[in-house]
Amino acid sequence: MKNIFKIAFRNLLRYKRRTLLTSLLIILGVVMVVVFSGISKSFKEMMIGTITDSMLGHMQIHKKGYVSSIDNLPLHLNLNQNQIKKLTSILDENEKAIEAYTYRIKFGAMLSNYAQTTNIRLTAVNPEMENKASPALVERIINFSGNANAFINPGELIVPENLAKGLKLKIDQEVVLVANNKDGSVNGMSFTIAGIMTGLTGPSGRDGYIHLDDAKELLRIYGPEISEIAIRLKDGDNMKSVSSMLNQDLQVITNKEDKPVFELHTWDQLSPFSTIATMVDLLIYIVKIILISIVLISILNVMMMSVYERVSEIGTISAIGTLPSKILWLFVVEGFLLGLFSVVVGNIISVLSLYFINLAEFHFSFGRMKDILLTTSISAQELVTVSIIVIIISIVSSFQPAYKASKMEPVDALRHV
Amino acid sequence: MALIELNKISRVYEMGETNIHALMDINLEIESQTFVSFVGPSGSGKTTLLNLIGCLDSPSDGEIKINGVRVNDFSRKKAAVFRGTNIGFIFQNFNLLPILTVYENVEYPLIMVQNVSRNERRERILKYLDAVGMTDQKNKYPSQISGGQKQRVAVARALVTDPKLVLADEPTANLDHATAIKVIELMRQMQRGLGTTFIFSTHDPKIVKEAEIIYTLEDGRMVTREEIGNPNIQAQEEN
Repeated sequence: MKNIFKIAFRNLLRYKRRTLLTSLLIILGVVMVVVFSGISKSFKEMMIGTITDSMLGHMQIHKKGYVSSIDNLPLHLNLNQNQIKKLTSILDENEKAIEAYTYRIKFGAMLSNYAQTTNIRLTAVNPEMENKASPALVERIINFSGNANAFINPGELIVPENLAKGLKLKIDQEVVLVANNKDGSVNGMSFTIAGIMTGLTGPSGRDGYIHLDDAKELLRIYGPEISEIAIRLKDGDNMKSVSSMLNQDLQVITNKEDKPVFELHTWDQLSPFSTIATMVDLLIYIVKIILISIVLISILNVMMMSVYERVSEIGTISAIGTLPSKILWLFVVEGFLLGLFSVVVGNIISVLSLYFINLAEFHFSFGRMKDILLTTSISAQELVTVSIIVIIISIVSSFQPAYKASKMEPVDALRHV
Repeated sequence: MALIELNKISRVYEMGETNIHALMDINLEIESQTFVSFVGPSGSGKTTLLNLIGCLDSPSDGEIKINGVRVNDFSRKKAAVFRGTNIGFIFQNFNLLPILTVYENVEYPLIMVQNVSRNERRERILKYLDAVGMTDQKNKYPSQISGGQKQRVAVARALVTDPKLVLADEPTANLDHATAIKVIELMRQMQRGLGTTFIFSTHDPKIVKEAEIIYTLEDGRMVTREEIGNPNIQAQEEN
């Protein structure tokens, strides 16, 4: 085998320019895939991180049917004391996978600055629990400085930037919130603007925050009652397995009609960004298919030319007594070496390119998020995957010309001029 | 037992609707350790006959035995193994591998065909390179040596596997006369020294006189067999 590699390597060097051009084409393809994957996956993970860390959490638990009518923010589908107790117990049992969870009441209200009135979506939270489950939430509060575990206190309201601009609201300004209770009656309370929050992907940027105790008072909720539990995992990559595990625990809790009481959704089922994330993955697949095509066509072309140019040589080595299988291997190994060299060089250039992109510190905007630093990274697994793809395709594309060479009749091949 | 036995050999090529009879009813026996020449004009069937004896092609009819083995029905793999063990080839265009040095060209059949150990390989290669006078050129590539030198290397490559038979198809066709004579003399010298059977084809009457037995072919038929005599035997008889 060592000699087959030696001869295959020498044959590659025989047509240096052609080998170099083919190799450059494959290197370009590898760089394209790795750099694109590095940038797009980093972008995707950064955005997912922002969404999960500052808003949704990795997953949420609601009463069955809540998410399908989430646009109405229905109060009658809130979780009661007994249900909260059961869920808390399940979550505490899974503390190995779960880092934190937070209770939330979500409801719609009217916001008035005594001159103008508009509608607002409110999330009522316990600030300490919320900060543990959504640690990046406070980063969205403009000019926030203070104790992150007490980012909202009773009597305070954090308003979205859009509404603050529209109603010309300022910090410490007094406003009134009016909300419908579960029984249909209306209640109002005055609040002080404690912060202005940049939007993320919430509808029309109308999401504000108040303290959980204030929400209960405003909505006249007596006793523990919440709309949802948002969960933060220790490792977001385990989301599918943890959600499956939790779902198993939740499915056994049924109502009188033997139907599940709770529903669990992962962040990608709750956020429209999951479509963008899927598209990013799709684009990476498309770029990989382009790479496969480049490798397939270029190696097939170069190996077919090699076989055609070396017909007489194939006749000679065949006449001398070289077995057809060894002739096949001579050409397959040639394609393999071409692919291997290209992918190694391609990977080195790609990793260096990503390193220099990070050094250059490119900034970009995403929606209302400004000045995001592009931090690229590529996993060893991704590099190995690209390498395996290129090497396998190199071998596969060399196989047809190699097979043709091995099947040549020596007497015909020797006659070839 | 003759080394080569050809019994009523015919070779017909089908070219569309036309059948071309390249060889017709050839009967032939060649003893081992002889230096044989096939002569005849172009298209007389010399190369076809060498290809059949070399197991590179199969006859349309008849039987071929080499060293007592019927080779007609060999599979491609079996034929390759048989060639690698029993037959050496010398070609008109030298057919050295351009990517390998002189040394590596001679080494090729030992590593790719016979799996000979490194030490034995080196010993045999140097022995044959010395025999053909190419030791000092061993690190050169075929493109760096002359036509005569290339054919010397080809002779060494054909002999390095210690074959029973060496087939040379027009080995001097691409050489000038003086070089051609030297190459034939070299082949003759090797045949005498090693006792290997050499069969070469040519249409050059000046070269053919080196052969012990000359077979003349015309239009695919064997027309004459001329025995010049074995100079070795003659020399022994004279002594």
